[in-house]
Amino acid sequence: MFSSLNRARSLLSLIRYYSSEVLPQLTKDRYPNIKRGNYAVLTQDHLQYFVDLLGRNRVLNDPSDCETYNIDFIKSVRGYSQCVLKPQTTEEVSKILSFCDEHRLAVCPQGGNTGLVGGSVPVFDEVILSTTLMNKIISIDDISGVLVCEAGCILEELEHALGEQGLMMPLDLGAKGSCRIGGNVSTNAGGLRLIRYGNLHGNVLGVEAVKANGQIIDCLSTLKKDNTGYHLKHLFIGSEGTLGVVTKVVIHCPQKPTSLSLAFFGLESFDNILSTFKRAKKELGEILSSCEMLDAQSLNVVKTHLKLKSPIDDYPYYMVIETSGSNEQHDEEKLNRFLEGVMGDGLVMDGTVTNEPGKMRSIWDLRERITEALMYDGYLYKYDISLPIKDFYSLIPKMIERLGSDATRISGYGHIGDGNIHLNISVPKFRQDVLKKIEPYVYELTSQLKGSVSAEHGVGFRKPPYIHYSKSQNSIDLMKDLKKMMDPNNILNPYKVLPF
Amino acid sequence: MARVLVGVKRVIDYAVKIRVKPDKKGVITDGVKHSMNPFDEIAVEEAVRMKEKKLVSEIIAVSCGPTQSQEVLRTALAMGVDKGIHVEVSGPDYETLQPIHVSKILAKIAQQEHIDLIIVGKQAIDDDSNQTAQMTAAVLDWPQATFASKVEKGDKELTVTREIDGGLETIKCKIPAVISADLRLNEPRYATLPNIMKAKKKPITKITPQDLGVDISPRIKIISVDDPPVRQAGVILPDVDTLVTKLKEGGHIP
Ligand SMILES: Cc1cc2nc3c(=O)[nH]c(=O)nc-3n(C[C@H](O)[C@H](O)[C@H](O)COP(=O)(O)OP(=O)(O)OC[C@H]3O[C@@H](n4cnc5c(N)ncnc54)[C@H](O)[C@@H]3O)c2cc1C
Ligand SMILES: Cc1cc2nc3c(=O)[nH]c(=O)nc-3n(C[C@H](O)[C@H](O)[C@H](O)COP(=O)(O)OP(=O)(O)OC[C@H]3O[C@@H](n4cnc5c(N)ncnc54)[C@H](O)[C@@H]3O)c2cc1C
Repeated sequence: MFSSLNRARSLLSLIRYYSSEVLPQLTKDRYPNIKRGNYAVLTQDHLQYFVDLLGRNRVLNDPSDCETYNIDFIKSVRGYSQCVLKPQTTEEVSKILSFCDEHRLAVCPQGGNTGLVGGSVPVFDEVILSTTLMNKIISIDDISGVLVCEAGCILEELEHALGEQGLMMPLDLGAKGSCRIGGNVSTNAGGLRLIRYGNLHGNVLGVEAVKANGQIIDCLSTLKKDNTGYHLKHLFIGSEGTLGVVTKVVIHCPQKPTSLSLAFFGLESFDNILSTFKRAKKELGEILSSCEMLDAQSLNVVKTHLKLKSPIDDYPYYMVIETSGSNEQHDEEKLNRFLEGVMGDGLVMDGTVTNEPGKMRSIWDLRERITEALMYDGYLYKYDISLPIKDFYSLIPKMIERLGSDATRISGYGHIGDGNIHLNISVPKFRQDVLKKIEPYVYELTSQLKGSVSAEHGVGFRKPPYIHYSKSQNSIDLMKDLKKMMDPNNILNPYKVLPF
Repeated sequence: MARVLVGVKRVIDYAVKIRVKPDKKGVITDGVKHSMNPFDEIAVEEAVRMKEKKLVSEIIAVSCGPTQSQEVLRTALAMGVDKGIHVEVSGPDYETLQPIHVSKILAKIAQQEHIDLIIVGKQAIDDDSNQTAQMTAAVLDWPQATFASKVEKGDKELTVTREIDGGLETIKCKIPAVISADLRLNEPRYATLPNIMKAKKKPITKITPQDLGVDISPRIKIISVDDPPVRQAGVILPDVDTLVTKLKEGGHIP
C-alpha cells in the first residue's frame, strides 16, 4: 500500500531528475576511434517500405520519438537513429531483416533497453527493431511447466501470468518490470535465482529466431529432451542480437514455491560472508534460492538517494538470503536452525527475517535498486565480473586505492552464490582520464585472477576490446567465423560483442 | 510509569492481490499471506519508543482472531512488546467480528490489566472501518486522540498532533486515553534476529471473548462482496484529429 506509493514517488523523482539532465554525449563523439561501417543511410524510400509494411503507427521517425530508444538505461551511450520499427509478427521481422540485408541497412535489435553494456542502442544510425509489440503469451502448460511466448513479453508480466497457474520464471532480476524475455535470452541473463535454477542455456527449451537475411529458424521445441542434431538454440542464447533476432521462446518453468522467506544480515568481514554462504548451502540445502551480498557503500546509496530504510544498524557487509520450498514448517525449521547457528557463532552480527510479502519486497528493494540509486551520483562506470569466490571482493580495495578521490563512490555487490560481483564506480560526470585509470586495469586484474570480464551482462558495445582477457584467440576466431556465416553483410548489431 | 495496551490485527499482507470468494460472501484467505496491519505496526512502534524512553513500564499486545493471530503477536513481541494476549475468535464468528466487539474486548482487558494508554492503528487495511479507537474510548469513557502524527507523553497528560483535513491540530488530553496512530506517526522498525529469538520465550495468553464476558453475536450480515469495476484499457490514437473526433463522440467536448 504505502510502500508502493513511496516507490512510485521515487521513480517519479528519478524521471524528473533525468528529464532535466542534459543528454549523454553521442557515442560517435565520445568514441571517435570507432568508424561508421559502410552501410546505407536511411532514405525516404526505405521509410516508405517500412510504413507500407507496418503502417504509420509502428514506424517512429520523429527525432523526439526516437530519443529514448537511442539512449541506454545507465545513460552511458547515445546513438542517433531516426527509425524505430515495431513489428508484431515473426513474418514482419523477417521482411524487415531481408529488406535491410538487401539494402545494407544496419539493425539494432532492442527489447526492454535495460542492458548495461550499451548493446541495446545504436552506435550510429542503425535502424532500431523494437520487440515491444511482440508481447503475446502463446501457451502455458501447467503440467509440463512449459511456457511459449513472444520475445517482447515483459519478464514481470510473465511471472504474474505463470503465478496464476502455480508456476514461476526460472529467472528474476532487478529490471524485471522493463526487461523483455527476448532480451533476457539474448543476453543469457543471470539474476537472483540462478543459484537455484541455473542459467538460460538450461531453461530455454526452444527458440524461434530470424537470421540477418530474413530466414526464420524454427527451433521452437517444447520438449524437455530433443537431441536431434545440433542444438541451434544455443547460438541465440547470449549472442546479444548479433546472430539473429529472437522472436519466440519456450521456457521450462519451475513450480512456484508456496513457502518463501527472506533474511537480511549484517556482517563484520568478507570472510564471514564466505563462511555464512558455505553454511547456507549445507544447512539450507535445496531450499536456498538466492544468496546475495552488498557492501556498506551499496546500502548507503539506496538509503541516501532513494530514502530506503535499512532493517539494521550499519555494518561493513550485508547479505540477503532467500529460501523457498513447498512446506512452510519444514523450511522454517531449517531456516531457524541456520539463523541460530550463524548468529550464535558470531558470523552474523545482526539481521532480520520475514515471510511477509510486503516486508520481503522492501528488503529486496535494498538490493535490487542499487543500480537505479547509483545513477543519482552522476555517471556510472559499471563492471560485471566473475571471480573465484575467495577473490570475490578483492577488486574493490584495489580500485579504491587506485582512484582515491577521483570517484564519488566505489561499491561492490552481487551474486555471491554465483561468484559474480558488480563493481560500480560513480563520478559526478563522465571523465575520460578516470576511464583510462579503470580500463584496462580492471580487466587485467580479472584476467590474472582467472575471472570473466563479463559474468552476466554480456559484451555489448562497451567490452569487445576486452573479450580476449577471458577468451582464447581460437575461440574468438571461431566466433567471428560463425558471425560471418550467419550474417555475411554484418547488418545485425554491428560494433557489438566481437572485436573488429 | 504507564502501562500500555496495543491492538494488533492480522490482515492480508498489503502486497498480496485480494481475491473475492466465488460465493461473494468474503475474500479468499486460505493460503494467502497475512501480516500485521501496517497502522498497528505504527502503534506498536510508538509504544516501544515510549518504553525505550522509560515513559512506559510494560506493553501488552492484543490480537482478536483465529489461531494464526499469534503470528502477529510474535511479531509485536519481537518488536519490543512484553506480552501477548490472544483473544480467540474463529470461523463464522470472526467473519462478523466488528469494531463494536473488538472495542469492548480491548476495554475489558484495559481494565483488568490496569492500562493507562491504549494505542491502536487508525484503521485496518482490510475492512477500513476506522472505528475501534473511537468506540474503545467511548466504552471506557476515556479521552481519545485520533489520527496522531506526533505524541508527547507527560506524567498526567498527552500532547498529540493530529492529522486533520488541510492541516494539523494539536490537542492535550488527560491520561488514561486512547490514541489512534496515523501513517506519519513513525516508521516502524524491523524485528531483528536477536529480538525474534528472544520473542519466542515471551508469554502469549489465550482467552476467549466469553472469558471477558463480551458478547460477539453478529450485528451485521454480509450480503455481498464485489470486486471494484475493471478499468477499461486505453487506446492510442494516430493523430490529434482522431482524438478530437473521439472526444466529441463521447460528449467530452462540444
Ligand atoms: C545400459 C545402457 C543404458 C543407457 N542409458 C542411457 C540413458 O539413460 N540416457 C542416455 O542419454 N543415454 C543412455 N545410454 C546411451 C549411452 O550410454 C550414452 O549416450 C552415453 O552418454 C555414451 O557415452 P560413451 O562414452 O559410451 O560414448 P560412445 O558410445 O563411445 O560415443 C557416443 C557418441 O559420441 C561420440 N563421442 C564419444 N566421445 C567423444 C568425444 N570425447 N568427443 C567427441 N565425440 C565423442 C562418438 O563418436 C559417438 O558418436 C545407455 C546405454 C546403455 C548401454
Ligand atoms: C536494475 C537492473 C538490474 C539488472 N540485473 C541484472 C541481473 O541481475 N542479471 C543480469 O544478467 N542482468 C541484469 N541486468 C541487465 C539487463 O536487464 C538484462 O541483461 C536483461 O536481460 C536485458 O533485457 P532487455 O529486454 O532490456 O534487453 P535490451 O537491453 O533491450 O537488449 C540487450 C541485448 O539483447 C539484444 N536483444 C534484445 N532483444 C532481442 C531479441 N529479441 N533478439 C535478439 N537480440 C535482442 C539487444 O540488441 C542487446 O544487445 C539488470 C539491469 C538493470 C537495469
